[in-house]
Amino acid sequence: MLTAQEIERKLEFILPRVQKPGRYTGGELNQIVKDWDQTEIRTAFVFPDVYDIGMSNLGWAILYDIVNQRPDALAERAFAPWSDMEDEMRRAGVPLYSLESKHPLAEFDLIGFSLPYETLYTNTLNLLDLAGIPLFAAGRGRRDPLIIAGGHSTYNPEPMHAFIDAFVIGEGEEVIGEILDTLKAWKRSGEPRAALLRALSQIWGVYVPSLYEACYEPDGTFSHIEKLDEDAPLPVLKRIVPKLPKPHTRFIVPYIDTIHNRVPIEIMRGCTRGCRFCQAGMITRPVRERTVEEILDAIEEAIDYTGFEEVGLLSLSSSDYTHILELVKGVSERFGDRHLNISLPSLRIESFSVDLMESLQDSRRSGFTLAPEAATERMREIINKPVSTAQLLETAREIYSRGWTHIKLYFMIGHPSETIEDVQAIADLCKAVLAEGRKVIGKRAQVTAGVSTFVPKPHTPFQWVPCDTVDQILAKQALLKRELRGPGLKLNWNSWQDTLLEAWLSRGDRRMAEVIYEAWRRGAKFDAWKDHFNFEVWMEAFEAVGLDHAFYTHRERPIDETFPWEHISTTVRKKFLTEDYLWSLQGKTRIDCRQRCFACGILPTFADLRRANPGDVWQCPEVKSKRIPVSEITPGSQPLPVVGD
Amino acid sequence: MRYRVTFAKTAAMRYTSHLDLHRTWERTVRRARLPLAYSQGFNPHPKLNLASALPLGFTGEQELIDIWLEQDVPTGEVQAALEKAAPPGIQIHRVERLDESTPTLQKVLTASEFVITFLTPQPDLDERVAALLQAGSLPREKRGKAYDLRPLVYELRRIEDDEEGRPRLLTRLAAREGATGRPEEVIAALGAAPEDTRVHRTQILLEGEAVK
Repeated sequence: MLTAQEIERKLEFILPRVQKPGRYTGGELNQIVKDWDQTEIRTAFVFPDVYDIGMSNLGWAILYDIVNQRPDALAERAFAPWSDMEDEMRRAGVPLYSLESKHPLAEFDLIGFSLPYETLYTNTLNLLDLAGIPLFAAGRGRRDPLIIAGGHSTYNPEPMHAFIDAFVIGEGEEVIGEILDTLKAWKRSGEPRAALLRALSQIWGVYVPSLYEACYEPDGTFSHIEKLDEDAPLPVLKRIVPKLPKPHTRFIVPYIDTIHNRVPIEIMRGCTRGCRFCQAGMITRPVRERTVEEILDAIEEAIDYTGFEEVGLLSLSSSDYTHILELVKGVSERFGDRHLNISLPSLRIESFSVDLMESLQDSRRSGFTLAPEAATERMREIINKPVSTAQLLETAREIYSRGWTHIKLYFMIGHPSETIEDVQAIADLCKAVLAEGRKVIGKRAQVTAGVSTFVPKPHTPFQWVPCDTVDQILAKQALLKRELRGPGLKLNWNSWQDTLLEAWLSRGDRRMAEVIYEAWRRGAKFDAWKDHFNFEVWMEAFEAVGLDHAFYTHRERPIDETFPWEHISTTVRKKFLTEDYLWSLQGKTRIDCRQRCFACGILPTFADLRRANPGDVWQCPEVKSKRIPVSEITPGSQPLPVVGD
Repeated sequence: MRYRVTFAKTAAMRYTSHLDLHRTWERTVRRARLPLAYSQGFNPHPKLNLASALPLGFTGEQELIDIWLEQDVPTGEVQAALEKAAPPGIQIHRVERLDESTPTLQKVLTASEFVITFLTPQPDLDERVAALLQAGSLPREKRGKAYDLRPLVYELRRIEDDEEGRPRLLTRLAAREGATGRPEEVIAALGAAPEDTRVHRTQILLEGEAVK
């Protein structure tokens, strides 16, 4: 394999030949380069898409910062080269390298892949291949890097089980340190790789798939998981941080344009709304908030470090942040003179949201986004996002009358029990919103409808639901395309091929790993990109493996089916999800769980963490009784908390 | 208050485009906590003006940018703040105060001077240079439009090889509005491949300025 110096030399000749060479150089402000030879543990974080996408992701950036703060470890970065660069690299024999020191990835001790969504799976395989690392975990030896992965899509790790040595289930801020400690001890011990994997499996939040075997029923449905190592935990409990640590602020500043040129600051984690389609809302519980002061200080520090022109205040539901008004006021008071754009995504459909946006400078430049997700009150009750149509129209009127000309409305088709009338209602609602705009500002009013197709996700109340068939999707989209045209109206939609890919990967089992491998072998990569995604290749892969993709996408799961991801515990109990699903079929809604606890399962499991973090830090009810000694759940201790049920 | 900054764009930022360099400057000034002025109106823009775009892959020794600040800050302070805030690819050489009425950089730009380093051996380079200079015209095409490169080449000559023994040329090309000579074109006219060269802009020449 080439040395770092040889790679740098070859890049001199390769880079002038590719598009956007700035993706491949590193060297940006705030990157961290440590002494390679003097550092014992070398890690690389990989976001398996191009630099311009990956650099805007917060997940790896937090871990990069944490690892680099350790004197015994370094963290570097790699992204997926675009195909022109990949071709040049393969031709010149240049393996995947890190942007900081240009070392081949195969020389690192640990490689961590960010997998926030499923369409990055084939890129992950492609990057392992480009790095010259054995694709299958079973084929790796003592000298190969440890391959770990985390991110929302890994709450169902099974489709990628064959390629990843260990998954981090849940939040990475604390567990990464424990993984590095374990890796360091193993590196010094000279023991075989299997010993490392066994040791990792004992860490709370780490899932080592090779220590388990999946068993199936004769009809092809999943039966159960069996431990191959008696000490392996079952279920594997997700990791959380009891209190959000100080936000990361020293972001790397790209020299080239990326999708989000901004400082991302997470204001809270988790969501109490309980929308039934939303995986993030189910897996990121409990709600933990940062203080206003902490957020404002972080913004100031981050702007001084980066000079970014935009700050994104991130959460799943900004309006639900307890001190949102105080925060927004604080931002305009403290940073009003620094010419910043402040983005505040995920606002509730109510006029208070318009007040919030109005107090943020320059916010009218882009449109105002609302996400009703469904167009009839019946449908919104089914998905548990109850808001009345009257309130939506009133909010729209308010938005137009306060200076915005453009409203973006997000919907999904394919919710359970949806009829063609519900789809027609999407078109009608968009026109009604436009009509409100016309009354206020005349022909300047615009509405853009973004209509995606619902993909049922694991660990949600809708995990039983079949995904719409191609015919259903096409019929619904045809209706929308016919209805939503004319001045002031615009429609965006997803292709059914994209939807199906996401659908079978989301609820896949271990057998899907073979399909992913066969698809990659036939050239699948950059599946999230229109010009690269090749549906036919996936159809061929299913055929080669002898699996039916409709089994994963369109099959309605019986209510008592065991799912291939149930050994991964989000602590939200299946009993809760089942009840919520059955409620949805009756149109029964749940209110915000800050008003009433529905005992989803978080508190019994994490009672001690809650007790140790009283007050507003969590939005779950306080826990008074004492059941598990605190020492058993402090991070780093070996015994796992008991999964409550 | 208007300031003119002379800076180097170094190898670390070789692949940063003109537009992204502009953005890098806005961020640098914000990090420096200098009171950058913005245009009025619905969509305010930072008041920054870069002299002349450097093509992707080029570096520059004496690049120029004009910066407008809302307050009068001593040039020494501006320079110190910018030096501290600049990213690895930018080196601040000089900061001067300018009279508001000074014409914009684009109006007074006359020529640019470049040093071209060839990464691959170039047999007969001297002959090719001589032939180019002797040609009465050099018909070339840019975006489907034919033009003559020859009158845009003010100077082209061999200079000392670099420390690795790679051949180098110095060229001075016109840089007036509608009449800009491009080093890649000169390289192509010499029969070489622009990808196999390194181009460094050594000077930007303004009207009324002597050649340094």
